[in-house]
Amino acid sequence: MFNRLLSPFRSTTGLARWILLTGVVITVVFVVLAVFAPWIAPFDFNQRGIGADKFPKMAPPSGEHWFGTSDQFFDVFSRVVYGARTALTVVALSVLFSVVIGVLLGLLSGYLGGWPDRVMVFVMDALYAFPSLLLAIVFSFLLSGPLGGGVVAAALSLTTIYIPQYFRVVRNTTVSAREATYIEAARALGAKDSTIMGRYLFGNVIQSVPVIGTLNAADAIGTLAALGFLGLGIQPNEAAEWGYDLSRALDDASAGIWWTSFFPGMAIVVLVVALTLVGEGLNETINPSLRKRRIRKVVLPPREASTTSTEGGVR
Amino acid sequence: MSAGSGSLPRYIVQRLLLIIPMVWLLLTIVFLLLRVAPGDPVSASVGDRLSQEALDVRRAALGLDRPLIVQYFDYLGDVLTLDFGNTISDNRPITSIITDNGGATLTLTVGAFVIAMLIGIPLGLMAGRRRDTVGDVAIRTFGVVTYAAPVFFIGLMMQLWVAAPLGWPTSDIASPITKFEVEPVTHILLVDAFLSGNTEAIGDVLLHHLLPCLTLGLLLSGVFIRLVRVNVLQTLKGDYVEAARARGIAEKHVIRRHAFRNALVPVITVIGLQVALTLSGAVLTERTFNWPGLGTQLYNYLIARDYAAVQGIITFFALVVVLVSLVIDIVNALIDPRVRY
Repeated sequence: MFNRLLSPFRSTTGLARWILLTGVVITVVFVVLAVFAPWIAPFDFNQRGIGADKFPKMAPPSGEHWFGTSDQFFDVFSRVVYGARTALTVVALSVLFSVVIGVLLGLLSGYLGGWPDRVMVFVMDALYAFPSLLLAIVFSFLLSGPLGGGVVAAALSLTTIYIPQYFRVVRNTTVSAREATYIEAARALGAKDSTIMGRYLFGNVIQSVPVIGTLNAADAIGTLAALGFLGLGIQPNEAAEWGYDLSRALDDASAGIWWTSFFPGMAIVVLVVALTLVGEGLNETINPSLRKRRIRKVVLPPREASTTSTEGGVR
Repeated sequence: MSAGSGSLPRYIVQRLLLIIPMVWLLLTIVFLLLRVAPGDPVSASVGDRLSQEALDVRRAALGLDRPLIVQYFDYLGDVLTLDFGNTISDNRPITSIITDNGGATLTLTVGAFVIAMLIGIPLGLMAGRRRDTVGDVAIRTFGVVTYAAPVFFIGLMMQLWVAAPLGWPTSDIASPITKFEVEPVTHILLVDAFLSGNTEAIGDVLLHHLLPCLTLGLLLSGVFIRLVRVNVLQTLKGDYVEAARARGIAEKHVIRRHAFRNALVPVITVIGLQVALTLSGAVLTERTFNWPGLGTQLYNYLIARDYAAVQGIITFFALVVVLVSLVIDIVNALIDPRVRY
């Protein structure tokens, strides 16, 4: 089983393998930070001092406060570590929600066809055309009332913007798979619609979901931070959030204080890049049409010696 | 679309008809989200400052005491006549916000696109030309990182490490954008400055534009790099490139005349596709630099929990996205006849 899972990875070569590995390693580091945050971070995310002693305000990085302290007396390093926990929780939840809803709707829509399908496609296209950040802003603006500024509200406001992508992919594969011989055979055997969808279609249409999922996760990290930066999403008393920290750091920048913005910002950049690498790497690994094989191309030598062709050689 | 209908006017009409349901659906979504939302807009934004009677008066003035369906058709009708309603917190017409602040957002986004193309296209061509070399990997990494970095983070770093050492304007003096009083003729500061003919004012306005446009432009340049690179790789594989080589045309001419030109055709489509991303980025860039555009207004009204203002500005953004993609599609059809089929 394990061997079979790894076999596409084994067949990758050079760059694709490195991209995937680098992404996975960095992501794992962030997962470790998130899971073990209370043990790794020296202080709590909303701790302003030890006992009656307050931390220094806006102190530069030192042995005691590795990443310095903020204008709210917070330890920046602890906020960055706890921020990983918030970001990964929100993103995992939102990707999970949108995969479940998107795949389900896509299967139904593609399998049923007719006017329900048309309406669904129409609505999803409209949602997809809408600027995603604005959609997230509207949702988190609305959800912050009834649900508060917690992790679940933030995850739900991100969910909506990613549903259309899963819907599209799953619906389109379902539509083409619906007419395939094995589905016809199942129908001829008297299988119920739910069985056909659950047992036969599902496994065949979810193959590109992991790739979209990781790429969406990367995007979601950025969108969550953007919401926090605009004062929406996770509220500061609920959890540490990188975007919120960056919005607090806006005023520090003009005073030349860099550590309050640099570290949370870099955390976002590194995590987003890592998830993007995983997504791209997965794409090249899973998708056989993108996989580069070791085939030697036949290339005529260029006429002029000065212009060397980059095409050709080992691909 | 229907096969064989290759005429341009027909394509334009088809495309125009298609946006009607799209606009209707977008408006309905915005209305449903913001009007049917739990809680009442008036008390959410000014509830703690006014008495019950005053609140009722405000509600009646906004028409919020009428049945939802009436409000819905009212809203649709208003938007069709380009009336986006009034804000609740300071009772200002949204249209005046759009005319006063839209210009700043326009120059920011247009400037960002120019910078994105200046950076993205040459780098993308270079990376595609020299696939899998150190340069290619470096350029691709640059593209991934600029795309991954939140635009507000890049903006902050720009203020810290570019603007401050050079003595350029940073966030706290970006608004008001210029100390020179220029007659607000068009409400687009750059145009107004040029109209006034004051060279100092023009220079100052341009300087203020530099960092915000560069910040947003860097984000977009990642998109261009990726796209142009992939296109170059594809065109280099094309039969006509092979044919050009076979005819004995020098490699550099093959690259320049045959591969690069065709690789740039899809760029215009991407501009259309990136309008949504650009607007999102503009909202964040504006907040970072305290830029006096629509994004900053949206932020202020979000903080004030002013539903009507948020609804109006979001509606306007949605219309802009739909209209720009329509224009881009038509331009595309003009350039590339294959699109029409």
